[in-house]
Amino acid sequence: MSATNAFPQISARRRRTDKVMRASLFAATMIALIPLILIIYYLIHKGLSAWTQSGFFTTDPTGSFFGSPGGIRSAILGSLEIVALATLISIPTGIGVALYLTEYGKQSWFANTVRYFVDVMTGVPSIMMGLFIYIVLVIGRVGGSGFAAWKGSVALWLLMLPIVIRSSEVVLLLVPSSLREAALALGAPRWRVVFRVVLPTAASGLVTGSLLAIARGMGETAPLLFTVSTAFTLTFSLNQQMNTMPFLIYTDITSPRAEIQTIAWGTALTLVVIVLILNLLARFIASRSRMA
Amino acid sequence: MEASATTVTGDRSVLERSPVGRLPDRVLKWGLSGLAALILILIVYFFIRLVGQSGHVFSTYGLNFVFGNDWDVSHNIFHGGALLFGTIVTSIIALIIGVPVAVASAVFINELCPRRMRGPLSILVDLLAAVPSVVYGLWGVFVLAPKLLPAEKWFASTFSFIPWIGGGIPQLYNYFIAGLILAIMILPIVSAISREVIATVPAEHKEAALALGATRWEMIRMAVLPYSRPGITGGAMLGMGRAIGETIAVVLVIGSASKIGSHLFSQGYTLAAVIANEFGEATGIHTSALFAAGLVLFVLTLIVNMIARWFISRGSHGTRGTGATGMTIASGPASET
Repeated sequence: MSATNAFPQISARRRRTDKVMRASLFAATMIALIPLILIIYYLIHKGLSAWTQSGFFTTDPTGSFFGSPGGIRSAILGSLEIVALATLISIPTGIGVALYLTEYGKQSWFANTVRYFVDVMTGVPSIMMGLFIYIVLVIGRVGGSGFAAWKGSVALWLLMLPIVIRSSEVVLLLVPSSLREAALALGAPRWRVVFRVVLPTAASGLVTGSLLAIARGMGETAPLLFTVSTAFTLTFSLNQQMNTMPFLIYTDITSPRAEIQTIAWGTALTLVVIVLILNLLARFIASRSRMA
Repeated sequence: MEASATTVTGDRSVLERSPVGRLPDRVLKWGLSGLAALILILIVYFFIRLVGQSGHVFSTYGLNFVFGNDWDVSHNIFHGGALLFGTIVTSIIALIIGVPVAVASAVFINELCPRRMRGPLSILVDLLAAVPSVVYGLWGVFVLAPKLLPAEKWFASTFSFIPWIGGGIPQLYNYFIAGLILAIMILPIVSAISREVIATVPAEHKEAALALGATRWEMIRMAVLPYSRPGITGGAMLGMGRAIGETIAVVLVIGSASKIGSHLFSQGYTLAAVIANEFGEATGIHTSALFAAGLVLFVLTLIVNMIARWFISRGSHGTRGTGATGMTIASGPASET
C-alpha cells in the first residue's frame, strides 16, 4: 500500500555487502596513493638537505671516497645533453613514421606491419635497448670510442621512438579529413597539406606526446648502463663517457657512505622535479588544446 | 596547335603539376615510407644480432641454460633457471598485489567517487608512472626494505606452516620486496587501462542493473566487471610485461643470489637484473650468457605482450582500434587525462 511495499526494501545483508564493498574500493584507492605520498615525502625529506649543501648544483662529483663528495653539475648537464640529442632524433623520426601511417600507409599491410612492430617496441624492456646498442655500436667501437654519450642517445631514441609514434598517430588521426580534403581541393600538393594543415592542427597533441617521451627518456637508467657508462667530470664531447643523473643515483645507492647516499637523494629529487614538470606541462598543453 | 600550346606543355594537361612540382610529394612519400621500413629492418637486425651473440651459450648448454639451477660465474657455469624463476615469481607477486588495488581504484574512480574528484585522483595515480625506476630502487633500498623487515620476520614465523611462503629467515633484499616494488610500478598502467575499459561500459547496462533494484556494488559486480573483464585482463598482462622487463629498481632490491631461493623472503635474481649487474665485468662466455639471458627476457616479454594485446583487442569491443588505449599502452598512463 505504501511506497515501501511497491519497492521492497533491500535486505540488510545486501545493504551491508554494498557498504563494505564500497568502503574497500575506497580503501584500495587510498592504498594506491600511499606509495606516491611516501616517495614524495622521503624525496623531499632527504633530498632537500642535499640541495642546501654548498655547491650541490655548481660542482662536479669528486668520485673520491674521502673528503667532499661534490655536487651533481656534470650529471644534470650530461642528462640534459644526452636526452636533448635523443629528442632531436626521435621527434622528427617518430612524427615522420606517424605521418606515414596516417597520411600514406593507412590500413595497408605494410602500415599494419609497422604498427605491429612499433607495438612490439613499446613492450621491449628498456635494458634491451641498451644491449642492442652495445652489440651494434659499442662492441665495434663505432666512432672510435667504446662507451659514448651519443650511443646512449641512440639507445634512448629506440626507447622514445615508439612512444612518439603511437601518441603522434593518435593525434594525427584526430585531424578531421575534411580539412585535408579542403586543402587538396584548393589545389595544394600533399606535402603542403601535411606541413601547412595536418601538422599545425595536431601541433599541441604532438608536443604533449613528445614531452611525455622526453620525460620517459630522462629517467631511464638501464639503456645508459652499457652505452654511456659514466664519468665524474664535466664534458660536452658526445663521443666520450658522460655522467647522468639516473646513473649517478644508481652508483651512489651502493656506496656505504652516508654523505654519498644523501647526494643520491638530492639527485633523485632533482630528477623527479624535472620529470614531473615535463609531465605536468604535457598535461597542461593537452587539457588546454581540448578546450579549444 | 597554338591554342592548345597555351594549355598543354608536352602531353600534360594544365591541371597536372610539372614533374618538378611533384618532386617534393614523391620525396615526402618515399622518405616517410623508408623511415617506417627502417624501423622494421632495425628490429629484425637487432634480433638477429642478439641471437648470434647468444648462440655460443646455447650451443654449450642447450636448454639447460634456461632451466638449469646454477649460475656460477667463477666456475663458468651458466644455468639461468634461478633467473627465470626470479623473474616469474617477482612479476606474479607484483600482479597479486598490484592488480586488485589497481582495478579497485579504477572502479572507485569511475563509478563511486564524486565527479569533481575523478580527474585529480586519476592524475595522482598516474603520477606513480612518472617516477623513474632508479628512484623506486633508491626508495626500496633505504626505506621499504629496512622498514618492512620486521613485518616480514613476523609474517614468516607466524605463517611458517605454508610451504615456501613462510618458515625461512627473511633477508633484507628478497623476492617479496622486489615484487612489492614492481606492484607499485605496474599499478598506474593497470589502473589507467582498467579506467579506460570501465569507461566504455554502456550506461544502459548499468542503468538496467540499477533499475532492477541492484545496489551500487551489485551493479559493479554484475554489469561493470563482466563487461570489462577482457580489457582488465589485458591491462594486467601488460603490467606483467613491464614487471618482467623492469631492471634497475629490481636489481637493487633482489639480492643477486645465483640459485633459486628457498622461500619468499630469500634473495633471488632476475633475468634483467643479472644483465645490469654483471655486464660490466663480463668477458667471453659470460658475456654471451648475459646476451642469452637478454634473449630469453626478450622472448618472454614478447609472448606476454602478445597475449595482453589479444585480450585488449577483444576487450575494446571493436570500437576503438588505435584509440586512447593504444596511446596509454605506448606512452604510459600519463598521457591519459
